[in-house]
Amino acid sequence: MTPESTHQLTPLWEVFIRPRNGLHHRHVGSLHATDPEMALQAARDVYTRRGEGNSIWVVRSSDIAASDPSFADQNFEPADDKIYRHPSFYEIPDEVGHM
Amino acid sequence: MYSQGLIGADSSTTESEEFLAAFQARIDREEKIEPNDPMPEGYRRTLVRQIGQHAHSEIVGMLPEGNWITRAPSLRRKIALLAKVQDEGGHGLYLYSAAETLGVSREQMTEELLSGKAKYSSIFNYPTLTWADIGAVGWLVDGAAIMNQIPLCRCSYGPYARAMIRVCKEESFHQRQGYEIMMTLARGSEEQKELAQDALNRWWWPSLMMFGPSDSESTNSDQSMKWKIKRFSNDELRQKFITATVPQAEFIGLTMPDPELKWNEAKQAYDHGEIDWAEFKAVVRGDGQMNRDRLRDRNKAWDDGAWVREAALAHARKRAENQQIPQEAAE
Repeated sequence: MTPESTHQLTPLWEVFIRPRNGLHHRHVGSLHATDPEMALQAARDVYTRRGEGNSIWVVRSSDIAASDPSFADQNFEPADDKIYRHPSFYEIPDEVGHM
Repeated sequence: MYSQGLIGADSSTTESEEFLAAFQARIDREEKIEPNDPMPEGYRRTLVRQIGQHAHSEIVGMLPEGNWITRAPSLRRKIALLAKVQDEGGHGLYLYSAAETLGVSREQMTEELLSGKAKYSSIFNYPTLTWADIGAVGWLVDGAAIMNQIPLCRCSYGPYARAMIRVCKEESFHQRQGYEIMMTLARGSEEQKELAQDALNRWWWPSLMMFGPSDSESTNSDQSMKWKIKRFSNDELRQKFITATVPQAEFIGLTMPDPELKWNEAKQAYDHGEIDWAEFKAVVRGDGQMNRDRLRDRNKAWDDGAWVREAALAHARKRAENQQIPQEAAE
C-alpha cells in the first residue's frame, strides 16, 4: 500500500526547452525518470503541450553544480562598482554621432 | 488553491530574532526566496505543507473528472476533458517539483497522500453524478482555483510562484470549457436545463468552501500573509469569487442556491448565506461522500503501477551496465 521506500528512488531531472531556433534553451522545470529516453518523453508530454518549443534538453539534477547562495555577495557584488565596463561610462561628444 | 487555509500547518519557528528580521526584510523588499537560500524552518514547513496539499489536490482532482471521460457526449467534449485531466496531472508534477526543492522527496509526499496522512482539497470528495457536474466543476471549481492561484503567482517562494504562473496559464481553458458546457445545457431542453441547475445546486456551496475557513477561524493565516506566501485572506478571495461568478450564472439563466444572496451596494459586494462549516469539517476529517473512494482509487493506481516503476528502474540499471562493457574494451 505504501511506496516502495526500500527500493531505489527514481532520479530527478531538470528540463530545458528552446522555444524556437535562434534562442537559448531555458530551464522550465523538473521531473522524475529512470533514464534519458524516459526523461525526454515525459518532458515532451509535460512541458510542450502548447507549442512551448522545438528542442528539449534533460540533465540529471545531481549532475548540476550550483554556486553557493551564501557566497552570492562575494561572487557578484564586485561587478556592481565596475561601471567602466558599461558603454555609458565613456563620454563622447554628440557631434561624433551614434557609437 | 486547494490548501484551504493550511489545514494543520505549523508555522512556529525557532531561529534568532536577528535571522528572522533579516529574512523578513528580504520578504518586505519583495525579493524572491530561492531553494538554497537561508529560510526559517517554519517558512519551509508551511510551504512544504501548502505545496504538498496543492499537489495532492491536482492529482486527486483527476478522479472526479476522469469518471466522465468515456461518457462525454461528443468527441469535442471528450478531447477537451482528456486535455484538462492531463493538465491536472501536469500541475501535480510542477507542484511536487516545487516542494522537492524544499528537501522533501516525491516518494515521501506520495506515501503521505496514500496513507491518508496528507490532506487535499475537500472539493474532490464530492461525486460527479451527471455530465452537468463536469461543466460545474470546470466553471466553479477551476474558477475558484484560479481566484486562489493568481495571487500565488506572486508568492515569495520562487519555485512555487513559477509553478503557479504555468498552472494559471493552463487553467484558464479549464474554466472556459466548463462554462461552455453549462451554457450549452442551460440553453438546451427543459431536462438539460434542470441538469445544469441541479449541478450548480450541488457544487456552489462546496466551491465556496474551497477558500478555507473564514478569517476569524483561520489560525495560520497571519504568518503566511507576513511571509507573503498568501496575499489575500480566505474571505477576501471567496468574496471576489462570488462577485465574479454570480453574473455568470445570471447570464445563462441559472439561479444560485442561496436565498440570502444579494448585492450590497454599500459594500460593493454580495452578501451571502452562512456556509455549512460542520459539513466542511466533516469532509476535511475524512467523512465526505467520496473520501474513501478517492484514497482507494489512488492506492490502486499506485499499486497497479508498481511493476512499471520496477521494470523501468531495472531496465535503466541493465542499460547502464551494458554500456560500460564496450567502453572498457575500447580502453
